[in-house]
Amino acid sequence: MSSFEEAAVYIKDLTTILGGQTVLNNLSFGIPRNKITTILGFSGAGKSTLLKHILGLLKPTSGSISVLGEDLNDLSEFELKKFRRHFGMLFQYAALFDSLSAYENVAFPLNEFTELNEDEIEEKVYGLLESVGIKVDSFFKLPSELSGGMRKRVGLARALALDPDIMLYDEPTTGLDPITTKMVNDLILNTYKKNVKRGMTSIIISHDVKVTLEISDFVAFLDHGKIVEFLPVEDFVNSQNKLVQEFLAL
Amino acid sequence: MNKLLKFFVLIVEKLGFSLMNNLSGLGRVIFFCFRFFYWLPKHPFRLKELVSQLYDIGNKSLFIIALSGAFTGMVMAYQTYFGFRLISVDSLVGPVVALSLAKELAPVLSGLIVAGRSGSAMAAQIGSMKVTEQLDALEVMGISSFQYLAVPRIIAASLCLPMLSSIFLFVGNVGSYFVGTKALMIDGTIYFSKLGKWMFVEDIGQGLIKSFFFGFIISVIGTYFGFKVEQGAAGVGKATNQAVVWGMISVLILDYILTSFLVQFMSG
Repeated sequence: MSSFEEAAVYIKDLTTILGGQTVLNNLSFGIPRNKITTILGFSGAGKSTLLKHILGLLKPTSGSISVLGEDLNDLSEFELKKFRRHFGMLFQYAALFDSLSAYENVAFPLNEFTELNEDEIEEKVYGLLESVGIKVDSFFKLPSELSGGMRKRVGLARALALDPDIMLYDEPTTGLDPITTKMVNDLILNTYKKNVKRGMTSIIISHDVKVTLEISDFVAFLDHGKIVEFLPVEDFVNSQNKLVQEFLAL
Repeated sequence: MNKLLKFFVLIVEKLGFSLMNNLSGLGRVIFFCFRFFYWLPKHPFRLKELVSQLYDIGNKSLFIIALSGAFTGMVMAYQTYFGFRLISVDSLVGPVVALSLAKELAPVLSGLIVAGRSGSAMAAQIGSMKVTEQLDALEVMGISSFQYLAVPRIIAASLCLPMLSSIFLFVGNVGSYFVGTKALMIDGTIYFSKLGKWMFVEDIGQGLIKSFFFGFIISVIGTYFGFKVEQGAAGVGKATNQAVVWGMISVLILDYILTSFLVQFMSG
């Protein structure tokens, strides 16, 4: 994906040096709109740093990053905060606010950023929680009373509350058992299918090959701060790159 | 001789490193204060969070503050009485205890109690939110975690401490009065007349001003260490500990600095 217009996220000559170490090295690629793209790589490859750049939480040492046609370098801190409402993010451990119930967690962004009244918020939150498979009797439970899988579902419902244009998943299946992993995979795919019509782009940061191959449209392989391969998933499995082959064989 | 020199150099190096480390820490805390004043007037004003913090820091500290105040006043009455009786000025027990409480004991002890109770809680809450990515979740939503978490806590602590200190002062004086008049047999009328003669509004004002600054510094330090947490649960424990230690030390240092200013402008 080399065209600026076609890409949801367009990265050009991005270099990041943190603590004297080059974490991302002259990175250039585009993440296509309306597709599921997975950024794959070993631990320490720079995946999380790249994620922070996409969210505008980190400033690049050099180069640029455009999201939905907006160069993040040109935005002020205040504009960036506003711009981040285009994103929804499912964190590795869901990152639910532990003092709020599942319902309050999902209602949180709606209370913060919309003019909806209490009834409208209730209707939307109920819809979102039901759509990710949470039963009504768990709506008012605290995160500590929910299982890991349920927390992920609530986290996803919260991320979708503001109808994001880009949905980010940070290591969505790390540390989960096979059944919960499958549940999360299905959840990502269903979310994609439900939102594809309104043009939502999904980006997954992972080192889980199985997940990547099952649900992705495109795969970018990151190693030592460089994209060494970026292909549609069906071509990625046949990649001749030694590192990719090694990774796929794991 | 060479070994001695090396040992000396090592000590100087370590002292220098420690000094630089503490100075840079102080610089970061000052920068943190500036961030507070930057975010203070920014929209939206988080009233719900503020009320919740006022309840946590203020209401939930009431019992321990009242209890500490009562016993401090009672002990002070005893100690003062047996000292003053030697020079036959035991009728001054009331004003001496009241002045000690108003100017020093109420604000400082309330500050130390709040540093131990609420300063540590702030560091632990924010720290555990940081290690579980809840702060990142706020930032990704476009909400400043600093504005959402630090600003209401700092305002609430700055407002609560003068109130808690006033309660400490009142209960302490009640305790002193009871011990003075019931156990030490000082005449109640004399107790009150001497109190009225030697105690001024400015004395109470000094304590309240100090309390306000103590509340500010305790909450700045508590939230600062919370945001600074690294390395998971162990980091949260360390931050909580540092928040208490540095909160208490700051109260004592600030007490000296404020006293040296206030005695010049507000001496009763």
